[in-house]
Amino acid sequence: MSQTLESREVPQPREIHNKPRFSDKVFRGTVTGVSLLSVALLTLIGSFLLIKGYAAFKSEGIGFITGFTWDAYTDEAGNRFTNLGIGAMLFGTLLIALVAVVIGVPLSVLTALYLSFYAPPKLKKLLITVVDLMASFPSILYGMWGYFVLMPMAIYWAKLINKALGWIPVFEVQQNLFTRSPWVAGVVLAVMIIPIVTSVSREIFAQTPLDRIQAAYALGSNKWLMIKTVVLPFGANGVVGGAMLGLGRAFGETVAVFTVLNMVYTINWHVLFGAGGNVASHIILRWGEASDIETSALLAAGFILFLLTLLVNMLADFIVKSTVKKGN
Amino acid sequence: MSTNIDAVAKPQRPWMKTPRELLPSILIFIATIAISQAIIMATPLKGKLGYAVVFVTLVTIFEYIYTRRTQGSKAATDVIASSIMFSAAFIVFLPVLSILTTTIIKGVPGLHWSLFTESMFNASYQSPVEEGGLLHAIIGTLFLIFFSLLISVPLGILTALYLTEIRGPGSAFIQFMVQAMSGVPSVIAGLFIYASVILLTPLDVSAFVGSLALTILMLPTVTRTSTEVLKLIPNDLREAGLAMGATQWRTVAMIVVPAARSGLLTATILGVARIAGETAPLIFTLGVVDGSNLNPFSGASSSLPIYIWRGFGLATDEAVQRSWTGILVLLTIILSLFTIARAIGARAKG
Repeated sequence: MSQTLESREVPQPREIHNKPRFSDKVFRGTVTGVSLLSVALLTLIGSFLLIKGYAAFKSEGIGFITGFTWDAYTDEAGNRFTNLGIGAMLFGTLLIALVAVVIGVPLSVLTALYLSFYAPPKLKKLLITVVDLMASFPSILYGMWGYFVLMPMAIYWAKLINKALGWIPVFEVQQNLFTRSPWVAGVVLAVMIIPIVTSVSREIFAQTPLDRIQAAYALGSNKWLMIKTVVLPFGANGVVGGAMLGLGRAFGETVAVFTVLNMVYTINWHVLFGAGGNVASHIILRWGEASDIETSALLAAGFILFLLTLLVNMLADFIVKSTVKKGN
Repeated sequence: MSTNIDAVAKPQRPWMKTPRELLPSILIFIATIAISQAIIMATPLKGKLGYAVVFVTLVTIFEYIYTRRTQGSKAATDVIASSIMFSAAFIVFLPVLSILTTTIIKGVPGLHWSLFTESMFNASYQSPVEEGGLLHAIIGTLFLIFFSLLISVPLGILTALYLTEIRGPGSAFIQFMVQAMSGVPSVIAGLFIYASVILLTPLDVSAFVGSLALTILMLPTVTRTSTEVLKLIPNDLREAGLAMGATQWRTVAMIVVPAARSGLLTATILGVARIAGETAPLIFTLGVVDGSNLNPFSGASSSLPIYIWRGFGLATDEAVQRSWTGILVLLTIILSLFTIARAIGARAKG
């Protein structure tokens, strides 16, 4: 058992380095590779829709975006005619989303202010759960609820607006058709964008520097004066970002809009009149019976919708991030 | 007289209103109920909406006048502001209440046991509600959820690990991209899978292809929630692991991920809740079938949202009743997931 001093081998000092081990290399490589997937997927989505929709872009040219007819038919001699322009639906998308934002954003921002500064703790907890719950409802549920419950009310409101403001061309209704109008779709979408706009606004209000809030109180402000002089100037940009996120959601909504809207392929800027559409619901409307070139056109329409929402979302995200950063 | 030493000073709340200060508000409230009633009866304004509008406006005005007389104009503005904000929050609360009650009231009459044991194979949407069931839709939904989970949970968590553990040079960019991806409309996800998988590969519409479309929607949710959860893990734990001589891989696998276990589970459940009710992408990728399809890789499949969607589209009484019952089942599933996620999240925090 005994070991003499001489026989013990002096171990070589371990080489000290900060090179990652093999397992770490694999780990870092895998994780980095996977994380690039989101970038790859976005690129792929864009390029596939563009490639498959290219035939439509090529045959229709710029008219695909600016045109406002959607005809694809074969005459008796077998010649195929297409006149496809997504313009009318683009207009409808903007109109409906605008209605949704005009109604939904003020409600959401006021709710967020109430939640952040006024609500007693228990009520606050309840309301936050309610808003989260709203975000988890499927859009088909919003669609059916919108059709059976909200639409009768929205029509009543539409008639009131028409009575009071009918002299403004936008609120004019020539034939007495108030059902299934862009207004109704906009009201349903307004409910649908409330959760996202509320939670983003709340997140932004929560970033308001505490010392400024306290300074406002110390100078004798009450709550509203504090909000007016500190919170709103600080959060204004972020709230615009939140509104844009809501706009992005409203652009892409399909099923709920399809359910409540009377799909007619026209540019209808009489908000209260029952006809219209948006790009997303137009795609599912035409999908079942679309011929080759029309399918390509629908994919091209999808590409435009994709670009539109991507742009709005990225801009919104950028604005929100920079506001949140400002607070830190 | 001995003083009771157990008596603890009650916490005082000097900022709360005393009953005496509250009294005018209560009086105003009661008076306004009567006045609004009178106005509704005397003028052409009608209905619950009219009553609510008149009532809220009057309460606000009276409170404003009272506060202005007793406390000055600035306090009065504060009263108006808080009243407007409360009304907004209340309005936001209403649709949720309405949606839940509508679903229950309209959905319950269609409930019967064979819903969960029969498919629509021997029944049509128009036949009496007691015939046929949701079995095929439930099977399809389970397949869809299973494959989406299988793909997006590992990918989502790995991306989250990149963002929190490696924090490489591209983190900000990747986070930005994940955020952008979460804004991709669901209809686009369906179109993309159609344009890529269905047009280019031998795979045709099936539960698996449908779940690929859902993965695109689920991935950002899982990634974002996991990132937030992993950020909450204290850095001490990571440093402790490294100080014990563990490699980064071992630290992450044996310390960070286990510590964040329940949070990651929450992320997964929220991801499932996000996709369980998706309809639009499945229109392009799932096909239409009325019987149960036990092969997820070939042949059309069904899902609860598609079942609801078709019933609504047919618009007969029976079909719409089927849709409402389907929504009731779907909503029950989503709300259970939501509650479980909350419970796990709360336990993890507490």
